[in-house]
Amino acid sequence: MSLPLGTSEEPLPIRFADEPAHHLAGVPLEFADEEQSLKITGFWMVLVTDLLIFASLFASYAVYRPMVAAGPSGAQLFGLGSAIAETLFLLTSSFTVGIAVWYMRRGNQRAMIGWIVLTLLLGAGFLGLELHEFAVDIARGASWQTSAFLSSFFLLVSTHGAHVLFGILWAVGIVVQVLRRGLNAVTARKVYTFSLYWHFLDIIWVFIFTVVYLGAKIA
Amino acid sequence: MTAPAFVPYLLHTLFPPNTHRPTEIGADVMMGLGMGYLVYWLTRHRKWGWLWRDWLTTVDHKKIGTMYLIAAILMLFRGGVDALMMRVNLAMPHAPFIGPEEYNEVFTTHGVIMIFFMAMPFIFALFNAVIPLMIGARDVAFPRLNAVSFWLFAFAAALFNLAFVVGGAPNVGWTAYPPLTELHFNPGVGTNYLLVSLLISGIGTTITGINFLVTVLRMRAPGMTLMRMPMFAWAALNTSVLILFAFPPLTVALLMTLLDRLAHTAFFTLSHGGMPMMYVNLFWLFGHPEVYIVALPAYGVFSEVVPTFSGKRLFGYTSMVVSMAAIMVLSYGVWAHHFFTMGAGAAVNAFFGISTMLIAIPTGVKIFNWIFTMWGGRIRFTTAMLYVMGFIPTFTIGGATGMFLATVPADYQVHNSYFLVAHFHNVLIGGTVFGLLAGMYYWWPKMFGYRLDERQGKLAFWLFLIGFWITFGPQYLLGFKGMPRRMWTYPAGHGWHLLNVISTAGAFVMGAGFLVLVYNVLWSMRHGERDASGDPWNGRTLEWSLPSPAPEYNFARIPTVSSLDAWWAMKQTGQGRGRGAAALRLRPQDIHAIELPRNTGYPFFLGAAFFVLGFGLVFSWWVIALLGLAGVWAALAYAWFDHDQHKHMRADEIRRIEASMGRLPA
Repeated sequence: MSLPLGTSEEPLPIRFADEPAHHLAGVPLEFADEEQSLKITGFWMVLVTDLLIFASLFASYAVYRPMVAAGPSGAQLFGLGSAIAETLFLLTSSFTVGIAVWYMRRGNQRAMIGWIVLTLLLGAGFLGLELHEFAVDIARGASWQTSAFLSSFFLLVSTHGAHVLFGILWAVGIVVQVLRRGLNAVTARKVYTFSLYWHFLDIIWVFIFTVVYLGAKIA
Repeated sequence: MTAPAFVPYLLHTLFPPNTHRPTEIGADVMMGLGMGYLVYWLTRHRKWGWLWRDWLTTVDHKKIGTMYLIAAILMLFRGGVDALMMRVNLAMPHAPFIGPEEYNEVFTTHGVIMIFFMAMPFIFALFNAVIPLMIGARDVAFPRLNAVSFWLFAFAAALFNLAFVVGGAPNVGWTAYPPLTELHFNPGVGTNYLLVSLLISGIGTTITGINFLVTVLRMRAPGMTLMRMPMFAWAALNTSVLILFAFPPLTVALLMTLLDRLAHTAFFTLSHGGMPMMYVNLFWLFGHPEVYIVALPAYGVFSEVVPTFSGKRLFGYTSMVVSMAAIMVLSYGVWAHHFFTMGAGAAVNAFFGISTMLIAIPTGVKIFNWIFTMWGGRIRFTTAMLYVMGFIPTFTIGGATGMFLATVPADYQVHNSYFLVAHFHNVLIGGTVFGLLAGMYYWWPKMFGYRLDERQGKLAFWLFLIGFWITFGPQYLLGFKGMPRRMWTYPAGHGWHLLNVISTAGAFVMGAGFLVLVYNVLWSMRHGERDASGDPWNGRTLEWSLPSPAPEYNFARIPTVSSLDAWWAMKQTGQGRGRGAAALRLRPQDIHAIELPRNTGYPFFLGAAFFVLGFGLVFSWWVIALLGLAGVWAALAYAWFDHDQHKHMRADEIRRIEASMGRLPA
């Protein structure tokens, strides 16, 4: 069975109201409905352009890294401890959201919501650590006004952080919808796209951890 | 601040001296009168409910296309007036009609409006009007997001156009290079207007790109494989990919500038290690693909118009597809040719010079294919076809001067001179504008159910074409004579006078062409020939199988496609010999109920909330910005929790509509 991710050559059948959607055996709920399947394809495209946003920010960071002016350099400023803790929080949350989708595929709504809540708690923990790190940096006189290097650091990392915050608010809305309406093609698609989004943020974070934090140690 | 002191501060911030000039006041009065008349008309004819129900809340791609078209033509007017103001200033040496500050504002708004608020919506107008019809779909993939895109664009355009009334227009050029855009050098709010409105419209554009990409990839009629798609659908596909990849760098560049201005970051502040070149690179990483975002749709239009009016299938369809994709890919590897003179070194310049020249190869393939399509055909010289005929030599010359600019040593001589100005107008008017106008004349009957008068249309075409060459031909020579771009006036004695007079005269000829075009539309609304057949041009693609204008659900029955030029094939083979409706042979039992997207007001409110957010950001009035942000969240939350997004259309209702259009035996 191949997942219809929009790359198929054959267009999907047109849906009429008096023809029920194709509940193909083995196809997950969110893909069985054509409209939801389209939205998943669309969401992959959202991730493409979001990836390009981060690519531009990474490129800028790489160019600005030596431009420390009178401020501290990355090697002077960044500690690996908090970055590793943040990484653990976020990587674990990617695992838990995977389990949530696993339960969703088995129709276990309670377990799914439980694992999403755990995911969001881990995400909130990540955000707390990041904001704490920012506060410490700013208290040491290293704000985004200090140097072009720090401007690009804060823009890159806080864009990711803002995505995490948005993801948390979004997922809370989705959980409320699941509680009110149960799991159907629409809510299942929302949970699924949220999980895609969350994994995506995790991958971006892996690059931030490597380029920003490990990179500063190597330099 | 006490209350009495607050009022003058507010007045001065909202209406600084550069909003008091006679030209600005004149524009204010005209806009006020126009708005007043609109409100009067809507009230007098009790049309407010109609406006809200049928237009502001619509999710029908055809109506959204119409709204894009109206907006694009209004913006063409505004951008054109800017252009004429510049040309009047330059007609005579030392005879300024407007001062240097205003001149800077006018060339900035001219550029921004023509690219972002005229060309882009015009393209989306055509995509919306025909792409779903061409590929046999009932709507785009995400009808509600389509409305969101439009309202983000519309409110961003409104915000940008508000600048010269409230707060002062931007004056940094459409490229908005730092450090000129830094707060220190440019304290007013004009630059904020430019940055914020482009960020907002950029969100809408990105959503449109995603929407049409998924529409073309996933919504095609059964049997329409990728290689059976009309070329215009290929253009939409390639353009959408370009949008997806090109707008993020622009977003980042604009955001950095905005943060520098509002949050005092140091991205482009030289004293803190900032690097203006970072902006220039990011901007053109967007900017050059953007050139193809506006050019590929025009190529798509030509590839539809030429076969129809030559009575032949498109020559070299496969090579057309491949060359378009090649242009799409190559366009990412040429951005540094916009700043050869910045000193990147010989190796970098050589790379970008050669990659730029490479683009001429696939473009040349396309030009030859259009000509070979005409070769031996029975050509009908309609207005749309005339625009193609005007395009081919004009664009080829524009491409040749582009090769000149791609040759690095030559570029050093003419960089940022009028040669450059002439070149990019040559390709943007000769390519994009001619293409969009060709598309407008070609698909107008499909959009509105009547034709535009051909005689008036041809007059407008000749005024545009001749006016274009009178305007921009001399500007090449002015470039050779060393006249730099963006200068507001010039002294006598450089030998620039005569050429500038000619150029200004040409601009007015183009202005006359615009007036004829508007007259053509208004006249044809009353007297234009009705299109009863749905297929006025003896067309080849599926949109011509539908009545004009198409019903809300587009296709009562989704056609099955077995070849390229599907409608032409249907007309030739067993599915019917006649033109128009007869060829489809709909039977009542083929018609089933249809699920359609339900209208919704949230896209309009989302756009309005973004407008408030943007206005707050422009003036750094954070309370207003937060109110706007709350509005954005409210609109999004409403959309998330709204699960009732469809309406059903019963089969008998559809049969009645089809019968009333003469498509079913009653």
